[in-house]
Formats: sequence, C-alpha cells, structure tokens
Amino acid sequence: MTVDDGAKMAGMSATASLRRDPARGVLAGVAAGLARRVGIDPLIVRVGFIAASFAGGFGLALYLLAWALMPGDDASRAPIERIAGKRETWLVVLGMMLLALAALLLLREWGLWFSDAIVWPVILTAAGGALIWRQSTATEEPPANRPAAAARGESRLPSVSLPRDAVGRAFVGAALVVGGGLVFLWLNGALGAARDVLLAVVVVVVALTLILAPWWLRLVRGLSAERTERIRSQERAEVAAHLHDSVLQTLALMQKRVDDPREVAALARRQERELRAWLNGRRLSGDATVALALEAAAAEVEEAHGVPVEVVAVGDAPLDERAQALVAAAREALVNAVKFAGPVALYAEVDDDHIEVFVRDRGPGFDPAAVPDDRRGVRESIVGRMERHGGRAILHTAPGAGTEIELVMKR
Amino acid sequence: MSPSVVIVDDHHLFRAGVRAELDGLVEVRGDAATVEDAVRLVIEAEPDVVLLDVQMPGGGGVEVIRQVVQRRPAQRFLALSVSDAPEDVIAIIRAGARGYVTKTISGAELADAVRRISDGDAVFSPRLAGFVLDAFAGGLPAEQVDPQLDQLSPREREVLRHIARGYLYKEIAQRLSISTKTVEAHVSAVLRKLQLSNRHELSRWAVERRLVD
Repeated sequence: MTVDDGAKMAGMSATASLRRDPARGVLAGVAAGLARRVGIDPLIVRVGFIAASFAGGFGLALYLLAWALMPGDDASRAPIERIAGKRETWLVVLGMMLLALAALLLLREWGLWFSDAIVWPVILTAAGGALIWRQSTATEEPPANRPAAAARGESRLPSVSLPRDAVGRAFVGAALVVGGGLVFLWLNGALGAARDVLLAVVVVVVALTLILAPWWLRLVRGLSAERTERIRSQERAEVAAHLHDSVLQTLALMQKRVDDPREVAALARRQERELRAWLNGRRLSGDATVALALEAAAAEVEEAHGVPVEVVAVGDAPLDERAQALVAAAREALVNAVKFAGPVALYAEVDDDHIEVFVRDRGPGFDPAAVPDDRRGVRESIVGRMERHGGRAILHTAPGAGTEIELVMKR
Repeated sequence: MSPSVVIVDDHHLFRAGVRAELDGLVEVRGDAATVEDAVRLVIEAEPDVVLLDVQMPGGGGVEVIRQVVQRRPAQRFLALSVSDAPEDVIAIIRAGARGYVTKTISGAELADAVRRISDGDAVFSPRLAGFVLDAFAGGLPAEQVDPQLDQLSPREREVLRHIARGYLYKEIAQRLSISTKTVEAHVSAVLRKLQLSNRHELSRWAVERRLVD
C-alpha cells in the first residue's frame, strides 16, 4: 500500500473506530489498524513497534496489549471481550495488567531496559491513553440497535450526555496520562522547574473554568430543556394520531347516523371502551386473563346487540381451559340478558379457589319451570357447559324481578 | 322538600345536560366551571349536595373539597365522573366525597343518589364497590390489622358484592333479609373505612393522585 492509498483510506474512514485490520496486517493487523485510525502509512507504525521492541522489549508488550484490546475489522470482538463476558471484564483487565507487569519486570531483570525514569511513566501514560481512546470508539451506539428499539415501541432519543461509566473511564484515563507525565518529570528532576509552569497553568485553568462555567451550565440546561420539549412534542403527535384514527372517525360516523339513535349509542359505547383501554394502557384483544376475556366478551355482545353491559371485575386469574369455558358460558348468559334490552351488569370475582360470575338484567324475569325443553340456550350452553367443566350455574329469576345467572367454577 | 345541589364541572355541555335532567327532581342552585368559582358558589349558595367532577383544571374535585370543608365542614359531596381509574375514584372519596357515580347515570338515578347523600348516606356505584372489594382483598399481617378500619366484615362484603352485581339497596335488603336502613349503615361503615384505612392499596392510589405526599 502506498502512502497515497493510506491517506485515501484515512479520509474514507475518518470516523472509523479503532479496529485491527487483519486483511492488510502482517501479524494480527494491529499496526495496520492503528495506521488507518491515525491516517499514516502502516509501515511507520511497524517500524515504531520493532524499534521499541529492540529498545527494552517495550514494543512487544505494547503490541500484545493492543492486540488483546482492539476488536477485529470484521466486527468480531476484541480477544479480551471474547475471553470474558462483561461482568468479568475488570478482572481480566487486572490479570492482563499483572501479566504485562511481570513481563516488564522480567525484561528489566534481563537488562533489556531503557531506564526506570522513562519506562514507568510511558506505561502509565499509555494505559491512560488506551482508556480514553477505547472509549472514543465505543460510545457510538451501533445504528442497527435503533430500529429494534423503535419496534419495541420505546421512544428512544439520542442521548445528549455520555453514559456515566464512560465519563468515569475518561476521568481515570486522563488522570493516568497526567500522572504519567508528572512521574516522568519527577524522575528526571525536572519537576521543580515544571512547578512554576504548572502553577501558571492551574491558575489559567481555574480562571477559564470560572469564566466558562455559567455558559457551559446554560448549554447543558438548554440541551435538557430541548430534549424535554422534543419528548413532549413526540407524545403530542402520538396522542393526536390516536385521536384522529379513533375519536374523530367515530364522531364523523355518528354525525352521519343521527337518524339511528341505537347505532349512535353503540358507536359511542365502542369508542368509549376503546379510549378507556388506551388511557389505561391496556390492549383490548389481549385475552390472557379472565377479567380481560370477560370484558372482551361483554364488548362483543354489547356491539352486536346495542345494549350497554357494565363489567366490574375483582381480582384476576390466567385464562386456562376451565376459565375459558366459564367465559363462554358468561357470554351466553349475556346474550340471553341483552334480549330484554335493559342494561346488563356483569360482576366477576376471582379469589384463591373460585371464580364467580354474575350476569344480571332488569328484564321482566320468568318462571324457569315454564321454559319449554326445546329452548336449549340456558340449559345446554350455560348449565351443561359449566357442569361438564366441573362448575355449576344457578338461575335466580322470578316474574317481575329481573334475572340473574350465577356461574361458579373451581380454580 | 327536594334537596338542593350545586353542579361543578368544567364542561359546559355536561353542566347544561345535568341541569336539564335534574330539573323538577332537585333544586339546582347554580353551577361552576372552575375550582375558584365552585368554592365561592358553594359557600354562598349553601346547597345540600355538591355534584363534583373529579378531573378539572387547577386541582380538580379534590381541591374543591379541600377548600370548602375549611369553611363548611359539614358540606356533602357526590363525585360524578367519567373516570373509572381507581386512583381517581378512591382519591376523591378519601378527600371527603360521600359517593361516586359515573356520568352515564340516568337523571332519576342521579336524583335518587343526591337524595341519599343529602340524608347523610353513602352512594356506591357498582364500579366503586368493585374497587373497594379489590382494595380490601388479600390478608394483612395480623399485627398490622386494625379490624375497625382495615378489614371489611363478612356482612359488609356481602352488601358490596350485591352492589357490584347491580342490585339496589332495597333489593339487597330483601335478599339478605335486613332493613334498607341496615344496608345503608353497612355502606356508610365501608365509606368510613375507605376514608380512614391505611391499607397499602388505598394509600397508593391516593399517592398516585398526589392527595398525600
């Protein structure tokens, strides 16, 4: 690869993260990857590594460390990440550090060594630099995750601040780099001279902080205010979309049907139910529990016959086979009750060992003994169904007193 | 003599509708659309019962009750709401309303409820009865139970279950072979427990409406 190509590559992938480039590499692609990230010829990096290796074995250790920490180009994870899940990462890092330290001490013992005054500060600085670099490549969330999050219905907004642990890592990294520099100066006896400079720098930094802090605070607050506003407008758009799809449509439909009061009432009831379900954050079709299934059955009957059904449920249980039979029987009881055109009340109570359902209408009532045998509605689909599933149905009625069907099922 | 009411609701159409429905059944002494107007009107008009919307700008019905009872501690309120969320309903009862009915109630039934409240009784809709049974379901650790407040007696449960099933007071009395007065006494006892109990569900619902901090 020529220098030109290298520059082009760097231009193309200016935003690329720090990754190994095994395709162009000689060993593991560490040098090629580094060169691509920085935008120089990989040869320079390689020469640097080799030179550093001869002078103290330092380059070799650095190469191994970089190999362990850098993810591969083909989106494969860094060896270190493959070795350990997220939880043990710090343990692995600690182990790697100890291993590197052991190797360095060995090299020192063998005399393959510059001097303490250079190697230790450089290691500190390199470690800090690695922390900061890694994080500048790791903070970007892969865009592939976003549609998935959107599909789950979460409204995710790009965060304006870095994650907390990323900030912490940057802090530690910066401390290591600065510490390395200070140790270097101290070991080389230059700290005394540096102190005057340092003092001046500290004074300037403090002054700058004092000047810039209010502006920075305002910026941060402005960003969070903007974010709140964005969330709010998103919610508003969602509510508007829902109202448009449901309520406005129904209102338009009702205006067209003004001459049919029954139809209008049914439309209003259906819309009311839908809106309530939406406000309560429930799905109407999710019939996974007894209460929801009863509500759905009531809604169906109400719509088909245009008679309001009031459902009151206390407690709840999962919808197993017997509960399904109970719901079917209750539905049949509702269909019977709405024929008398009065409002119908359904009350369900679920406790630890029973499910009880009461369906009550204010119709004329009747004499059960006077019902002919061929009227199978009550007898077969309610009483029979309940008994087949180990429950029972009791009919309370008398002429002029309305009718109540009581359904009891053991859980 | 028919009882007098003041109607408090921020929807003009609804106030007009209730006025028309109650016409001739009870004496309507006025209506108000905001918390501020409502408080002033109730203090001036001294109605037997205030018909109160739960959700209104500026604190809602709960705020009206809070401000009125400071000057008229004996004022009676009936909550009249489209909301069927337990936290709304329980919050207004705990603030001091003596009953809760939904806005779909018929004029005659509403007039009956007003009469009941003005007589000092409590008015429970089937839905409110359901909420109460839900809230008082489930045991409590024995040392925490104050049976006077935290538990319903078997008889009170039975009465509430009948209300939830859609029975009227006099029908309940008939079925349980007790007097209507006894039914009313049971319901009033439940109302008191509802307002004073520290049961977790009730406090949670109240907190969700920021009734207490």
